[in-house]
Amino acid sequence: MVLPESVIETIDLKHVYESGVTALNGVSVSVAKGDTVALIGQNGSGKTTLAKHLIGLLRPTAGEVRIGGENIADKSVAQISRQVGFVFQNPDHQIFCSSVLDELSFGLKTQGLDKKMRKERIDDILHRFKLEAYTDYPPAVLGFGLRRKVSLASICAMRPDVLILDEPTVGLDRRSSVELMDTVMQLNSEGHTILIVTHDMRVVAEYTKSSLILKGGELLASGPTSDLLMRFELLSETQIAPPQVVELTSAMNLRREDDGLPMTNEEFIRAYQSRKAS
Amino acid sequence: MKPDEGKTPAISIKGLNFAYPSVAAGQKMVQILKGIDLEIAQGEFVSIMGPTGAGKTTLCLALNGIIPHSTGGRIGGNVEIFGKNTKEYKTKDLAKHVGIVFQDPETQLFTMSVEDEVAFALECLSIEKSEMEDRITEAMRYVGIEQLRKRSPMHLSGGQKQRVAIAAILAMDPEIIILDEPTSGLDPIGTREVFRVVDELRSRSDKTIIMVEHESEQIARFSDRVIVLEDGILTMEGSPREIFSAVEELKNAGVSIPQVTELAYAVRNSADRPLPIILDEAIPWFSRNP
Repeated sequence: MVLPESVIETIDLKHVYESGVTALNGVSVSVAKGDTVALIGQNGSGKTTLAKHLIGLLRPTAGEVRIGGENIADKSVAQISRQVGFVFQNPDHQIFCSSVLDELSFGLKTQGLDKKMRKERIDDILHRFKLEAYTDYPPAVLGFGLRRKVSLASICAMRPDVLILDEPTVGLDRRSSVELMDTVMQLNSEGHTILIVTHDMRVVAEYTKSSLILKGGELLASGPTSDLLMRFELLSETQIAPPQVVELTSAMNLRREDDGLPMTNEEFIRAYQSRKAS
Repeated sequence: MKPDEGKTPAISIKGLNFAYPSVAAGQKMVQILKGIDLEIAQGEFVSIMGPTGAGKTTLCLALNGIIPHSTGGRIGGNVEIFGKNTKEYKTKDLAKHVGIVFQDPETQLFTMSVEDEVAFALECLSIEKSEMEDRITEAMRYVGIEQLRKRSPMHLSGGQKQRVAIAAILAMDPEIIILDEPTSGLDPIGTREVFRVVDELRSRSDKTIIMVEHESEQIARFSDRVIVLEDGILTMEGSPREIFSAVEELKNAGVSIPQVTELAYAVRNSADRPLPIILDEAIPWFSRNP
């Protein structure tokens, strides 16, 4: 078997904050190129600390972080940002330009792209995120959902290999969540690796293929999302509740054709109808 | 629970309009709330749902007088708290009746210890020292943070911070408590903690609760009534069962629906069959669906 190429790897990563708190205690994870990965765990489990290591905002107390096979210890945050883009939970922590257009151009300028290239990228991203009507708006006056889109778009414009999203659906209504996640999945289908830090278990079930579960600064489990979501005892250990559809299919003992657990509405409906038909 | 006949409602809103000069629209007045009529009885737990930008937070701010006292803008119609117009209250007096817990507890917490945080508002209200002590202890016990008393709020988890923010409001003992998206960013257990505290509040006291939330699955379990705001207009109002049964309308509004309700709606054979809105109802529902 050929192992898939890993785009992110941490080796025995340890992080102790100045306060003495150990936030990560020897975490080794690997994210395959092109995968969609959920990083889950309770508040305080080390998710954000781990994510910050992957973009060089924090540096290991011990252990190693590799991006594209290279140790990033000697790389600057700016260098790392060409490979890994990070979208903050709160768009206001990220947005600072006086127009949407400037916001989208900023990262591209730092990458040294010429004007023509920048225009191409920006036109593409405006279209993709349906932001054409807002180019001249100051981001600060846009609604929360739109600000979230602008912050995601400005990172995507730089086309990083890996996109890390911190709680992308928090504070969004259902329709905006679905819209945003569909855009993210479109990027994934074009080859971007996606890592989502989230508590939204519907997002985990519907959009991610793999999951990493952290608990108390350690990796509790990792593997295909569909396998992990079936392990209720493991989940309750981290205080995570699976989405209702998973509890329901499990109580009713419904299975997909491939014997997996239905995790989305569509899968549930198919499994339910086929049981009724038989 | 419908508002009781005869008893003064906790909140009575009549024809509430609010417009604010929008920077995005070149300082033109933008109508944020459009003719809201709403009555909320004492002891009721009402959830406000609606897409982002519908005016939910604005409505909350109008209830404790921050709008228009502190924000300016053009307000029309009336908001009465226990029969008295908010325009006639001083903000400080209104704060004794209506407490708000904001979406992001960080915007609210600022002291060096949990205890100070809970004490702060009481000091502002010039509450006597001995009574203050009782209230602080009681409020912390209520939300289950007694053991965090001496800790710094900054080093707590998201769910703990949110409970500190709730305790700080509880200590002021307002009859009406407003929570604006109190669970956003909390893990599932933190979310349940918040709902548990709120549920306990109403079962053990006569507090009136108003909560802005997207968490339809928890709302379905705990709320007495749900209202839906869209573009500044109150478009739907009813019990969680009535509201969540209107699957198509909610989808059009972009409002979240309990997943079990969505699933049942997709497979039910008869439009007359009531839909489950919580998991415990759903399991027998699906087993018996002909």
